[in-house]
Amino acid sequence: MSHNFQKDISGCGLIGIINKDGKRISGGFICKSLCLMNDRGNGLGAGYAAYGIYPEYKDFYAFHIMYDELGAKTDTEEYLKKNYQIEKKEPIPTAPVEGIAIHPILWRYFVKPLPEKAERETAWLPDDDFVVRTVMKINSEIDGAYVFSSGKNMGAFKGVGMPSEIARFFRLEEYEGYIWTGHTRFPTNTPGWWGGAHPFTLLDWSIVHNGEISSYGINKRYLEMYGYKLTLLTDTEVVTYLFDLMVRKHGLDASTACTALAAPFWKNIDDMPEDEKAAMTALRMVYGSALMNGPFSILFGHSKGLVGFNDRIKLRPLVAATKGKTVYMASEESAIREICSSPDKVWAPRAGEPVIVELETGKGQ
Amino acid sequence: MLTIDAKGIYYRELNSKVRDAVSKGEKEILLKNVNGQYYIGDGLRGETTITIDGVPGNDLAAFMDGPTLIIKNNAQDNIGNTMNSGKVIIHGNAGDVLGYGMRGGKLHIRGDVGYRVGIHMKGYKKQNPVIIAGGKAGDFFGEYMAGGVLILLNLDGKKDDRPMVGDYLGTGMHGGIIFIRGDVDKKLCGAEVGITDLDNEDNKFLKEYLEDYCKDFNLKTEDIMRVGFKKLIPASLRPYGNLYAY
Repeated sequence: MSHNFQKDISGCGLIGIINKDGKRISGGFICKSLCLMNDRGNGLGAGYAAYGIYPEYKDFYAFHIMYDELGAKTDTEEYLKKNYQIEKKEPIPTAPVEGIAIHPILWRYFVKPLPEKAERETAWLPDDDFVVRTVMKINSEIDGAYVFSSGKNMGAFKGVGMPSEIARFFRLEEYEGYIWTGHTRFPTNTPGWWGGAHPFTLLDWSIVHNGEISSYGINKRYLEMYGYKLTLLTDTEVVTYLFDLMVRKHGLDASTACTALAAPFWKNIDDMPEDEKAAMTALRMVYGSALMNGPFSILFGHSKGLVGFNDRIKLRPLVAATKGKTVYMASEESAIREICSSPDKVWAPRAGEPVIVELETGKGQ
Repeated sequence: MLTIDAKGIYYRELNSKVRDAVSKGEKEILLKNVNGQYYIGDGLRGETTITIDGVPGNDLAAFMDGPTLIIKNNAQDNIGNTMNSGKVIIHGNAGDVLGYGMRGGKLHIRGDVGYRVGIHMKGYKKQNPVIIAGGKAGDFFGEYMAGGVLILLNLDGKKDDRPMVGDYLGTGMHGGIIFIRGDVDKKLCGAEVGITDLDNEDNKFLKEYLEDYCKDFNLKTEDIMRVGFKKLIPASLRPYGNLYAY
């Protein structure tokens, strides 16, 4: 498949739910909400990310992998066997769905990098870095194999179909998670394929996105300097890797990372007090190539929280609501009300200002 | 009065029921349990009043020409696109891009409105679209405005620390009037926007608009008028006339 596509302009729909107390809910809820926004997508991609779904394997990286054909599976498993302790491997359970006539081969693996350092190709890497290396290697070097997700106690379920079809196909009602994100896609200039459906994930970071990252080319080249390989033919992939780089590798908090990605305009920086001006100027200079241009609303999920944010001039919709210890974020208020008819509070987050929700301490681990 | 239960009904079916009822001369319609259905009231003509119970979906009242829509709750994005006449009354907040290219009729919103409200609004002779928002507004309020009236009231100003109106206020404006209740920071406006106090004529018009608004939400015009307004108008009819002249 050619990797020369530059961008994806889309009018998608997204939804995220987080229970701050770590209470786990079935995938049926988020599917119901997402289906209300069916007309925001066109059946060429839908998907979900779920956190807390594999408590019995919570210490293992859960690899969800799609294969175009069995040869890709053989090659991938050979690599995994050499480098990982494979606690369990199995086909991802699916159900026959009328609208999904063809689908890739889908397997999941619960794995740990082998402790015998010598057996790893790059013995000095910490576990997380080694997993990132593995994901990049599989995606870029093994023809027809793509990693859907690679985090602990979480997973991505995605494909080509409408939200309800993908949910039934992956039997999402059987999973319980404390954070869910969902996405329905309307791809316009990159292919609607199984690997190109949202969410895009790496370790336990997951991204669903409505909009277009016009700065994809700059962001891609920047990420490539750090060893990320962009193989999934869609702009949203850069967002996932930018968060991995900024939050996990550089140690920024979510708020600072969002500020760097949707940085204030220079004219607004000029009006800031001196210390803030200096900080913003530094942030924009250091992360100039990470700045995301173009219209977007994005939900960024991770094992301890959920972040929603917009581009700087709010070119895509985002609504948030709370009810008790649950926080919802979606493209449309009605999607939230479909599963929460009387929220305590509903609001439209302002452009460039992230809504950051974290689990209560010790919950959801 | 005709009541239609919209629960779980796809927008196409719902809107075709509404159109049928209107074409049969129904003057009062209640839509119960609406949630997210798009395009309600689009292209509708006549004198019908449609009350909506629930949160209607995007693109409400586009190209609407006559009817009155009453929304008891919040409403979403893109309301009143190119609306020609009639009225939309929203008791909660409304989303982004309201009254885009609107050419007549009224949008009355009790709460906050989002980004890009009243952009490209236009007016001509008797056609004079009016948007009144009772809360705060986001960026690009009245951007590229060519006609009509935008009024922003900030009635619940103390409830949060957000400014009452966002950046790029009236940027590119070349017609119409924006009334803002309170002071306006010149920094938010484009170079083509002039900020002035109201004269007697302005006050007369404003009062007229507000009286109608207050009737819809059971408010008192005097209470609202107690705080001073600023008027924003295009400072020059052709602010960029010389841009490419040299």
